[in-house]
Amino acid sequence: MRLIGFIIVCICGGLLLYGTSEFPDWGDPASPASTHLSNDYIEKAFDQTQVPNLVTAVLADYRGFDTMFETAVVFCAGLACLLLLRDYSRKKERFYRHVPTGVILQVKHPEKKLPVGTEFEYMDKDWVPSDLIIKNVCRILIPFIQIYALYVVAHGDFSPGGGFQGGVIFGSSLILLAISYNLRTLVQRVKEKALGILCALGVLVYVGIGALCMPLGGNFLDYSALTRIIPWDPHHIRAYGMLGVEIGVGIAVMAVMVVIYINIASEGRHDEGL
Amino acid sequence: MHWPIDMIVLTFVIFCAIAAITVRDLLATAILFGAYSFMMCLLWAVMGAVDVAFTEASVGAGVSTVFFVAAVFRTSRRTKD
Repeated sequence: MRLIGFIIVCICGGLLLYGTSEFPDWGDPASPASTHLSNDYIEKAFDQTQVPNLVTAVLADYRGFDTMFETAVVFCAGLACLLLLRDYSRKKERFYRHVPTGVILQVKHPEKKLPVGTEFEYMDKDWVPSDLIIKNVCRILIPFIQIYALYVVAHGDFSPGGGFQGGVIFGSSLILLAISYNLRTLVQRVKEKALGILCALGVLVYVGIGALCMPLGGNFLDYSALTRIIPWDPHHIRAYGMLGVEIGVGIAVMAVMVVIYINIASEGRHDEGL
Repeated sequence: MHWPIDMIVLTFVIFCAIAAITVRDLLATAILFGAYSFMMCLLWAVMGAVDVAFTEASVGAGVSTVFFVAAVFRTSRRTKD
């Protein structure tokens, strides 16, 4: 079986390599993409959209429909992870630690709970004391990572970056909180319901901006139609439309990354984990 | 003068890819995938696709490595085959 697999992989790889030999060279000025499309974008994109970063102009405006469905794919990934892994069943037993004495209590009754606060704290079976240095370094670092993420989202028009990257960086700052403290800290601060709403809200912001253009007389995602409600220059309004769309992507991606992480790391129970 | 950097990074990419499928420890595979993504990110940056490099660094080398490690943490560390 391994041999058959190896032969199939070799044949497929060989065919792919044979196929790429027909491709134009890297940066070939005579290739079809460079002769028509790229020139058009390079010459006209800045005048039409006032966005210095051409990649953002292409992704969020000229190919806005494409990016919308990419966001929908990310949303579906988060949804699938939630549906497959989320476990609502109550655990039979839970552990508490009495903070002043360090005594560990096991409560077997599913309804009985101890007051968690200064005296008792939740404890997991695979609990390890979190390291003071890691905890404090991450606590100082996380706000800066989040501000950088917001910068990446807001500055996507001018420099590399945009909603997707910014959302991922923001999501990973929250994941860092879960890793450096524990998962429960993250789940307590960022409620599951809020994450679910944010997932959908991000996609809604994107589609909403696109759909808003239609009653105003434009095509779907034709941001220049927004001048009817915001009286700005039609070229600048496209840059702001793109910014709005990028914020939507950022919100959706951030929430989806955190949802996926929480569900994988805690096997869907949202209590203990990495 | 940038093509040797290209070639060196490409060698690392192939090395990481082969190592990732041959190593038996799944945690090591996760880390090797992270290294692979980071090398790909360098390759995109060398080719001038800075946006793609940024995405690769944040998604490929950052978040997906964390997801792999979390999945290994919750399943088993050794492969069966």
